[in-house]
Amino acid sequence: MNATTRRLPSGAPLPRLGRALADAWTITLRDLNHWALRPGTVIVGWLFPVMTVLMFGGLFGGAISVPGGGGYFEFLMPGMFTLTMLFGLETTMTAVTTDAARGVTDRFRSLPMSSSAVVLGRCAADMLNSVGGLAVMIGAGLLLGWSWHGGPGAALAAVGLLLLLRFALLWVGIFIGLAAGGPEAVTSVQILVWPVGFLSGVFVDPATMPAWLGAIAAWNPLSATAAAARELFGNPGHGGGSWIEQHAMLMAAGWPVLLVAVFLPLSARTFRRLKG
Amino acid sequence: MQEAESTITAEGVRKRYPGAPDGTGLNGFDLRVAAGSVCGLLGPNGAGKTTAVRILSTLLEMDAGRASVAGFDVRTQGRRVRERIGLVGQYAAVDEILTGRQNLVMFGRLNRLPVAAARRRADELLERFSLAGAAGRPVGGYSGGMRRRLDLAASLVVSPPVLFVDEPTTGLDPAARREVWTAVRELVDEGTTVLLTTQYLEEADRLADRVSMLKEGRVVAEGTPDGLKSALGGDWIEIVFAGPADAEAARPIAARVASGELRLDGPAHRIGVPVAERTRALVRVATALNEAGIEPEDITLRRPTLDEVFLHLTGGAAGTEAERPAARVNAATGPEDPAEETV
Repeated sequence: MNATTRRLPSGAPLPRLGRALADAWTITLRDLNHWALRPGTVIVGWLFPVMTVLMFGGLFGGAISVPGGGGYFEFLMPGMFTLTMLFGLETTMTAVTTDAARGVTDRFRSLPMSSSAVVLGRCAADMLNSVGGLAVMIGAGLLLGWSWHGGPGAALAAVGLLLLLRFALLWVGIFIGLAAGGPEAVTSVQILVWPVGFLSGVFVDPATMPAWLGAIAAWNPLSATAAAARELFGNPGHGGGSWIEQHAMLMAAGWPVLLVAVFLPLSARTFRRLKG
Repeated sequence: MQEAESTITAEGVRKRYPGAPDGTGLNGFDLRVAAGSVCGLLGPNGAGKTTAVRILSTLLEMDAGRASVAGFDVRTQGRRVRERIGLVGQYAAVDEILTGRQNLVMFGRLNRLPVAAARRRADELLERFSLAGAAGRPVGGYSGGMRRRLDLAASLVVSPPVLFVDEPTTGLDPAARREVWTAVRELVDEGTTVLLTTQYLEEADRLADRVSMLKEGRVVAEGTPDGLKSALGGDWIEIVFAGPADAEAARPIAARVASGELRLDGPAHRIGVPVAERTRALVRVATALNEAGIEPEDITLRRPTLDEVFLHLTGGAAGTEAERPAARVNAATGPEDPAEETV
């Protein structure tokens, strides 16, 4: 066979980090190619939260009185942005578990590529996807009469916090996707996404729930991000008297950091020990 | 012939899966594969074939033992090993959404080929594996044989000196199977060392220079396919009769030419006659039957198939003395027979 195609010696000039990034880009490119070949999947993924917002806004908008006054969409949209980040978890889980089940992950692991590149590439592709999804949602919100009332800096900070949550959920998704061992197991986890989404301050003020439920909802990481986003966008929020609700901004940063601290090492460990 | 140089070696490799029953995983697995040869790893499901491949290709850590591939330690020099191996797993590990060409370019890039080289190589391989026509179609629409060929091509983007092929033809139709066999053979002709696991003995018979038979995580027999077959007992004549009376009458005649004990299969009216001199014995028994006025329905000269060797070694009671002779076949080539040592 052609001798020039023989594997390069491992002392290649490219430094380690450069190689990892080049490999990660190749993996990201793979996902971008997926989008190009199956644009329907991406578009449905982006439009699903829009449908949800229309459904909830239309169904409950009239019946729900927003704390501090204002339209329900004004209250709902930051929550829905947060929920969109949670929906992204399913994309990550499905992609990771499908690769593992099909043996694609094993093939990657048998290559001399950087082992962190597989997850880095996944990370980049999913973040790009979520940025797209968030942009679509913000566009939809603006059409529905939602708007931000603070400065552009604060609005960008809100977007930053939302994407930080998405980044944290990415590692949760990678871990579950690797640990699940098959697409069937992931389906059952996907069902749980809904209660986790509902049991939060995304749709309503936790103060309107029974005390114990409200406490759980307040401690839901989604609640912190939703509350912080409302504050930064200048949308009506629910004050809430508990410590956790008083420190929404802090927790909107704290929860994701905590999630990453737990699930990143767990994912790395599971990836190394994959048995398949 | 450079028989002396082993490209793949394993010594006393052990691996237990937590919670798995005894006998699964590997229990003192030994292997030596000479450079440029094909080693067939044969065994029933759960014998440890895939575990062995996963350990040798650095996907799985062993509990104990030593193994090296292309001169590098599997445990401590994983990256070096990965730079020199290709892995074709049990299922076609290719991206279903991407096109065939996109798959190969991606694996070329991950193998550190520059973009232009990766594209060129992808086209070469598509041509070679007769996939050029389907190169632009998503793999999801490929047939089983096409996928396997693409899978094989994906592990060859950089012509690795060592290739692991784990049950390459499971679930393929005969035509597709033959295509894969041809592809593997061509690689070996180019000097690649291949470790092939299979449940199909025909496959091992066709492809492998040497065969290691695996049972409960250990190699119970090792040798060339021919060597293993003759070790089981050499040739025999199989005679099928029309009815039990004929079979009964033919027994003493058959016994006269037999070099060992007759094998009788009553319900099928069949007699197996072990023989030392193949054609002479055939002529003698046919003449004698003719003289006695017995006309057999069928009479054939047979040699044990790998299937029979396999069933003999893995079927009956474990560790009986009967297994041992086969295990010693061709022990001359290896330094000593690994299967004998580990007990």
